[in-house]
Amino acid sequence: MSEMHATAAIAPDATATTRTKATTAVEMVGVNKWYGEFHVLRDINLKVLTGERIVVCGPSGSGKSTMIRCINRLEEHQKGQIIVEGTELTNDLKRIDEIRREVGMVFQHFNLFPHLTILQNLTLAPIWVRKMPKKKAEEVAMHYLKRVKIPEQANKFPGQLSGGQQQRVAIARALCMNPRIMLFDEPTSALDPEMIKEVLDVMVGLAEEGMTMICVTHEMGFARQVADRVIFMDAGQIIEQNEPHEFFTNPQHERTKLFLSQILK
Amino acid sequence: MSDLQAQTDLFFVRRELATQEAPPAMTVGPAAWVKRNLFSTPGNSILTIIGIALIVLIVPPIINWAFINAVWTGTDRTACIAEGSGACWAFVKAEFAQFIYGRYPDAERWRVNVMFALLLLGLVPMSIPSAPFKRLNVLYLFIVFPVVSYYLLTGGFGLSVVETPLWGGLMLTVVVSYVGIVFSLPAGILLALGRRSAMPAVRFVCTAFIEIVRGIPLITVLFMSSVMLPLFLPQGVNFDKLLRALIGVALFASVYMAETVRGGMQAVPKGQYEGAKAVGLSYWPMMRLIILPQALKLVIPGIVGIFIALFKDTSLVYIIGLFDLLGIVRTNFADPNWASPETPATGLVFAAAVYWVFCFAMSRYSQYVERRLNTGRKR
Ligand SMILES: Nc1ncnc2c1ncn2[C@@H]1O[C@H](COP(=O)(O)OP(=O)(O)OP(=O)(O)O)[C@@H](O)[C@H]1O
Ligand SMILES: [Mg+2]
Repeated sequence: MSEMHATAAIAPDATATTRTKATTAVEMVGVNKWYGEFHVLRDINLKVLTGERIVVCGPSGSGKSTMIRCINRLEEHQKGQIIVEGTELTNDLKRIDEIRREVGMVFQHFNLFPHLTILQNLTLAPIWVRKMPKKKAEEVAMHYLKRVKIPEQANKFPGQLSGGQQQRVAIARALCMNPRIMLFDEPTSALDPEMIKEVLDVMVGLAEEGMTMICVTHEMGFARQVADRVIFMDAGQIIEQNEPHEFFTNPQHERTKLFLSQILK
Repeated sequence: MSDLQAQTDLFFVRRELATQEAPPAMTVGPAAWVKRNLFSTPGNSILTIIGIALIVLIVPPIINWAFINAVWTGTDRTACIAEGSGACWAFVKAEFAQFIYGRYPDAERWRVNVMFALLLLGLVPMSIPSAPFKRLNVLYLFIVFPVVSYYLLTGGFGLSVVETPLWGGLMLTVVVSYVGIVFSLPAGILLALGRRSAMPAVRFVCTAFIEIVRGIPLITVLFMSSVMLPLFLPQGVNFDKLLRALIGVALFASVYMAETVRGGMQAVPKGQYEGAKAVGLSYWPMMRLIILPQALKLVIPGIVGIFIALFKDTSLVYIIGLFDLLGIVRTNFADPNWASPETPATGLVFAAAVYWVFCFAMSRYSQYVERRLNTGRKR
């Protein structure tokens, strides 16, 4: 398979062209998934290069969450191949754990551990999975807490924080594992409007540092600002993908047009 | 529309600020409390009057029986057979040692005392949240203490052997229920994990075991173990009675524990499993660090309920000829030395009081733990 994938070629912005050796972060080839009889993912083909920022959008129930959850095996696919950082996802539990170590994920409902303090939430995986000494793990955790601008909350419990703060902690928790890829599943859709910006700011910061990101989101401003590619899904399929400007101003497929007309009002 | 507008003022502005006033009479003070809580409605008043009547009817006779007319001293039944005498506390006093130690030899009873002391040594620091070395403490309570006690009570460390049929009384109650508790907690957690396992074989075995044991009354299993087990064992092989009781009780408690813990695990949101997996935790660390701490916290009342039931259910060992606290109290009713009309009632009240003290303590402690775990985590 050629390194210069068709999808990468249509990403003309500076970072994409200055990438010298484009390596593949995630590759999905002919991925299909069923929930019982229900064909939820249909022939998904997607290649994400290292450093690329992908935004996935589409109507509710179109399979966006299911697709990105397949990348770290929170969901199992039944047909096709998913290759993450050169390792193919199979039933091999060791490999799954290896891949999860390299892939961070941020959820709509944060999924912080409510019985642990913020600091413990952040240091848990580095200590138990990466076998990092506790001191070092705490340093790393404080570093990322500062980055998401809430170091003063380190000793509180998640239930004592606002939604926006919790989501920033969740991002910091993922970053503490020093992942190579970050997955976001509607990170701002459970938040009050005034908190959305603080979370998006953190995500924009990450994008600017060159993190490989796959974000399911309906924040079209975010998509315009940082995405290299926008992917539109419907009925379990990728209907259309394009670089953001073209995607928003010149959608090709009827469903895309309909979706955009609804979401952009 | 215009009707509605006529009824409401559209414009309002406060000209004078309201000052603070004392509450109206009859809303504070003891008289108000009585009115509000006891005589608020006619129905309530009737219930209050019935309640007071019952108290007047029942409490004085109990006090008379237990204290005023009670016999406190005496060396045999003659003290207690007088007409109109109340509780025969002299009986409890005389047989007290037996109630505690059963027929454990007099000269060796210090060993039981040491066991009780060792138990307290583990329980007291465990129940004080700020005491250090919690991990070692758990290790002590779950492994060191049971092993040491086993040798201490049966006869290790060069001590003389005391056969288990001699064990009895409160000591036996504590031994049986402690073994049940210590065994059932880990075993129940493993069974619960097994029942929710992704591996069909493991899931099937655990589910079958839980459902089978849960469907049989403890008393049946104890009975069967004493009547039927000898039929299957080769001639001459004698299976220690106490061991049989311990196995029966431990299995039962584990199964109930498993279902309680499983309930807790089901109440932990799916997002917690996903959050744990997403940061790379594999199965055992995820369970140990994320799921079980939350699941167990949710079911503390259920777990303590099992402990309490277990503590009381130990009396069923009388079925196989072991005498725990209640059993030993009952055997004494037939003692010609103490047979009197009030002996059984006195003995039973004593036994009930001892059970109650233990169970009430466990219950209060669990409430305390719950309250402590809830502070600072409102979600
Ligand atoms: N565990 C499951 N079992 C059966 N069906 C499921 C399951 N999870 C999701 N589905 C179905 O699969 C479809 C895709 O779900 P998915 O969560 O991926 O959609 P989505 O695009 O993320 O939608 P949303 O924008 O609402 O989050 C939906 O129709 C949903 O009902
Ligand atoms: Mg979704």
